[in-house]
Amino acid sequence: MADLSFDQTQQSKFGKTTLRIILYVLLTLFALYYLLPLFVMVTTSLKSLEEIRTGSLIALPREITFDAWKIAWASACTGIQCEGLRPYFWNSVLLAVPAVLLSTLLGALNGYVVAQWRFRGANLIFSLMLFGCFIPFQVVLLPMARLLGLMGIAGTIPGLIFVHVIYGIGFTTLFFRNYYVTIPSELVKAAKVDGANFLRIFWSIFLPLSLPIIVVTVIWQFTQIWNDFLFGVSFSQAGTQPVTVALNNIVNSTTGVKEYNVDMAAAIIAALPTLLVYVVAGKYFIRGLTAGSVKG
Amino acid sequence: MEFPMSEWLENHLPKIVLAPSFIAVLVFVYGFIGWTAWVSFTRSKLLPKYEIKGFIQYEKLFASPRWDTAFENLFVFGALFIIIAMVVGLLLAIMLDQQIRTEGLIRTIYLYPMALSMIVTGTAWKWILNPGLGLEATIKGWGYNDFSFDWIVNSEMAIYTIVLAAVWQSSGFVMALFLAGLRSVDGEIIKAAQVDGIPTWRIYTAIIIPSMAPIFLSAFIVLSHLAIKSFDLVIALTGGGPGYSTDLPATYMYAMAFSRGDIGQAASSAMIMMLVVFTIVVPYLYSELRTKNDG
Repeated sequence: MADLSFDQTQQSKFGKTTLRIILYVLLTLFALYYLLPLFVMVTTSLKSLEEIRTGSLIALPREITFDAWKIAWASACTGIQCEGLRPYFWNSVLLAVPAVLLSTLLGALNGYVVAQWRFRGANLIFSLMLFGCFIPFQVVLLPMARLLGLMGIAGTIPGLIFVHVIYGIGFTTLFFRNYYVTIPSELVKAAKVDGANFLRIFWSIFLPLSLPIIVVTVIWQFTQIWNDFLFGVSFSQAGTQPVTVALNNIVNSTTGVKEYNVDMAAAIIAALPTLLVYVVAGKYFIRGLTAGSVKG
Repeated sequence: MEFPMSEWLENHLPKIVLAPSFIAVLVFVYGFIGWTAWVSFTRSKLLPKYEIKGFIQYEKLFASPRWDTAFENLFVFGALFIIIAMVVGLLLAIMLDQQIRTEGLIRTIYLYPMALSMIVTGTAWKWILNPGLGLEATIKGWGYNDFSFDWIVNSEMAIYTIVLAAVWQSSGFVMALFLAGLRSVDGEIIKAAQVDGIPTWRIYTAIIIPSMAPIFLSAFIVLSHLAIKSFDLVIALTGGGPGYSTDLPATYMYAMAFSRGDIGQAASSAMIMMLVVFTIVVPYLYSELRTKNDG
């Protein structure tokens, strides 16, 4: 947008400076509001329990200790087992990687068909798939639990992968469809004239053009699946829980002394992968968020 | 010359590629909604029964004080969350649009909560809001002995802690939406208005904000969708408590389905959630798809 600072000619220099200062103060206060929980999580995780009880929430640790991190990773109790977050962290990895790849691949193929190979009914099919993105998942939990049981994959990681792929297709198709729609249809026509077939056009023309949307989709799906709790808690059992479910179990387990430093270290560990993605590829993360909400 | 078989295949390949996903959506979205709807009209308890008995589950649902609280909470939480997140998001976007030197850094800070799991958000705020050792204790420690901030353990106020954490998580995202919207407003019109000496605040209220109506709508849709689906945040922050005071339809449904073993109640509460989403999303999607097909 064009110049739109508070630089109206009728404003005095003094008023202008005051406004700028107020602006920066407000922006800083909001920055503190957003940073406070992260700051508190990090400092609390580095304190001893003794220091947490006697000190203040927002004080820096007097003595830095990584004990809470070790416990959170390897020996905190998530119910009856006391193996820390480690096994559940790997569950989440084992679950997220195939689910992200599969749903992205399917989304790319579907988006390619819906955007470039329109046939009668393609629009209706796309609308029906799009609506699937918006349903509250509570409405499919009960039948899905039964189906997974019938298929013999209830409480397993393949079962969770299956669920995440199914309910991820809507969004991934939407992402690729909106991207491929902007590619002129003459391209497909020309390639057909040259004798290229459906898959070859996808493989040699569309896929090489798709890197940005692949990054956006992979990041979106990874964040969704890593952070998922509802499917994780509904469709897993003791050994197969994802990291979010294990974190909740550590924090809300009622046995023994409440170890706040361990809770905070565990929360940071569970958050690290998606935070890292955000820091490294924030631009694509934001594009996914806005693409998921501003249709068209 | 191609063989007829492979020609047939080539002609139908797009449909064949789309078919598995489409069938999956038909079965696992629409079929499953149908199943849940059916079961919500039966006497199912621990196991599903398929004999239709009318609206008994819905009657039971709306006679239940716990559901009353959950349903009312949805509107209290939803309204506050949507309004506050939109106001904060718009305010931040306008402030950031004033040629701020450190805009990139500030944007990164405002938006990072969106990358976190609601369970992480809930865990962090639960600790901060804990009266014994958290914010309340800290401020008391500064000498303000009368300071009290015990919302999280107060059944009247606990729902507002959910609003606080949810706004923290999502307002940066609303800011990003609005900022993109502000930057897409036609610069020429704004320049013309500035030349005419129209004050900046008038330019915002009379020109820029009205032209962003579609973005308000998308923000509203996304936020209301987040509000209805809010489940993890409640579980991690308050566990629905104290008592049932912070239950939402999503947590009610989960409790009925997986701890109470009451499939009929779970199905009927899920259908009510579905209806709420329907009334908000369907008109929006319909108008979106229609304008797209016309254009």
